[in-house]
Amino acid sequence: MNILAVLIPISLGLGGVGLLAFFWMMRHNQYDDPDGNANRILSDRFDDAPAESSEDA
Amino acid sequence: MAETSSIAACPACVAIPTDLIKSAGEAQSGQSRRIELSLPSIHCAACISGVETGLSKLPEIEGARVNLTRKRVTITVKDIPGIETYLIDLLTSWGYPAKELDSAALDQEVVDKAGRDLLARLAVAGFAMMNVMLLSFSVWGGAEGATREMMHWISAVIALPTVAFSGVPFFKNAWTSLRVGRLNMDVPISLALILASGVSLMETVEGGEHAYFDAALSLTFFLLLGRYLDHRTRAVARSAAVELAALEVHRAERINTDGTRETVPMDALREGDLISVAAGSRVPVDGVVSEGQSELDPSMLTGETMPEAVEPGTPVIAGMLNLTGALVVRAEGLGEDTLLQQITRLVESAEASKNKYTSLAEKAATIYAPLVHILSAVAFLFWGFYSGDWRLAVNIAAAVLIITCPCALGLAVPAVLTAASGRLFRNGVLLKEGIALERLAEVDTVVFDKGGTLTTGRPQLMNGSSVSVSDMRVAVGMARASVHPMSKAIGEFGAEMGITPAELIDIVEEPGMGTRALLDGQEVRLGRAVWCGVERHNVQQSASWLRIGAGAPVALLFEDTMRPEAAATITSLLADGVDVQILSGDVPKPVQDAAEKLGVKTWIAEATPADKVAVLNDLADNGHKVLMVGDGLNDAAALAGAYVSISLASAVDASRVSADLILVGDDLSQVSKSLRLARLAKRRILENFTIAAVYNLIAVPIALMGFATPLMAALAMSGSSITVSLNAMRLGRKS
Repeated sequence: MNILAVLIPISLGLGGVGLLAFFWMMRHNQYDDPDGNANRILSDRFDDAPAESSEDA
Repeated sequence: MAETSSIAACPACVAIPTDLIKSAGEAQSGQSRRIELSLPSIHCAACISGVETGLSKLPEIEGARVNLTRKRVTITVKDIPGIETYLIDLLTSWGYPAKELDSAALDQEVVDKAGRDLLARLAVAGFAMMNVMLLSFSVWGGAEGATREMMHWISAVIALPTVAFSGVPFFKNAWTSLRVGRLNMDVPISLALILASGVSLMETVEGGEHAYFDAALSLTFFLLLGRYLDHRTRAVARSAAVELAALEVHRAERINTDGTRETVPMDALREGDLISVAAGSRVPVDGVVSEGQSELDPSMLTGETMPEAVEPGTPVIAGMLNLTGALVVRAEGLGEDTLLQQITRLVESAEASKNKYTSLAEKAATIYAPLVHILSAVAFLFWGFYSGDWRLAVNIAAAVLIITCPCALGLAVPAVLTAASGRLFRNGVLLKEGIALERLAEVDTVVFDKGGTLTTGRPQLMNGSSVSVSDMRVAVGMARASVHPMSKAIGEFGAEMGITPAELIDIVEEPGMGTRALLDGQEVRLGRAVWCGVERHNVQQSASWLRIGAGAPVALLFEDTMRPEAAATITSLLADGVDVQILSGDVPKPVQDAAEKLGVKTWIAEATPADKVAVLNDLADNGHKVLMVGDGLNDAAALAGAYVSISLASAVDASRVSADLILVGDDLSQVSKSLRLARLAKRRILENFTIAAVYNLIAVPIALMGFATPLMAALAMSGSSITVSLNAMRLGRKS
């Protein structure tokens, strides 16, 4: 049963990382243009630092 | 000083002369601005890079970013006059027809803060629910003693902060409603959340058997999901409506005192300003014609399709379409007494007199909320006095609240509305507010406006076949020189019948009068009756006259063409048992013709905007639930006052704002389809209520008797929520 003391914190921690990642994505407008993102990945153009489309959108 | 500045600045800035930095800074702050263009035809990766790389090659452009989801491009560009038109022409020449979006209107589209907030709370609740559910499995599986206590404690540590954070929307709503002495759905929800958490914490401290942490969390999660769906449906509709409004750029061409012309925004216009109105554009303000002659199409304002001739001195009203000649209009009465203001007042009074509609969810809540509280209070008192064990009594009362908690009820309406509005959206119908769908389902009478709604608003030549072929050849030849809608109609007729145009020379268009030309040395005129020498006539519909030399003038008769789908729409509405009426501002004859053609028995002509509202009120007083379909400014008040209303995307702004639904595709057949979908959606909502009630009927007696366990609560809650959502999703599929 002692294994639980390790497994439960680990599973909670991993889930928490996912949750934080989701918050980060939401804050950085990553859900503004899902169709565009799906298509941009097909383009050869290197798009390392896309200009923020707009701060308010 | 020079030394300190070079130390403070970054290495890159030191390398660049300071004056360059300054000028670059100025260009960014003072001279560049953002333009938003709508690009309806972009759809793929190649389109994105085509537009972005193409635009970024231009020296004037500082940045361009395509948003494929919204089908827009945001361009940061140096502020050069006329740059918008240049960019639009450029993009159109690349094969991406562009339209300018009014940035002022788009600015109202603020960040969806409330939506993000709900989503964050939903994510936290989902995360916590999954984890606590997993921990609870071991308890349900039979963990005992120290293990169970540990599981309960970990659950408590996760659940309590989560409920406190994610439950805020419910607590807030419940509090505001309690303060005014009312019970809404959020009151039992909040009570259940607080009781479930409190009782579970108590049990955990005491080392008890049953903790409802997972139930409290899944309750929060499912209810937030319903809330979020509800919010998103509204947000999508709102942003689509804003985009529609932004497509109309409100600008006017002002003629300054020194004779220069300047394009200015509407709100910069002052009384007495001279405004140039080109043929084919709309009059931007109320005023008086000061130069030029033309014909104006007032159909958007009054419903009349007969063009009105204007000359210097004639008053004109904002919204009229200038058909033939260029005009200069002096702006007058920008303030109180414009027609728009009068209509706005009518709209306001119509909205104020409208009864508040109680939605199905509100009705359910008023029955449900007191019932739940009474049940759980009764259970608490009964078990308290019966067994003397108040801890058991609290436990059972909490179990009753949790099991009856309106998980399924909270999802029943939003899930259906989301599915239905999604399907409407795909059909090209914009639902501005979810409740409108419930009202639409109850409609028993549909009232159509005629001009622009049932008809296309474009005239069609009616008697072309009865005019002699030689006359028609001349008419077709003349018509080619003009952009007047009637000339276009003659041209279309000619092309359809294969009439070869006559050879004419010296074709001249006289603004506001017609077209004249020379045919074998004789003067030919095509245009208004007076101009063609017709003193008196008994033609009661739109007509254009053709006179060759000194011969007798021939009348060419026009009628507004019916939308091709109008007849089928009305037939299918009648088949669904809905009464159909026509209510128009046009003169009686064309309205009667249209009504007869479409098989509509009741029609009213020459109705002013106030008449329209009165007619609708009469119908409402007789117990009818009326759907109003219209497009003109004269319909705006009627649209606002009707039980539920639909306007077309091509309608004027005021009408679109007043209406509950907008036909984005201008496809009239969606009226009957939306009505059917609304009825289906209402049936689904009622089915969902039934499902939720059945779950409660089974679970409540068990909880009242004290046999409920956390496992049962979890099963009942998830089961009913999932059933309800699946039932709602059936709507989204093609039927």
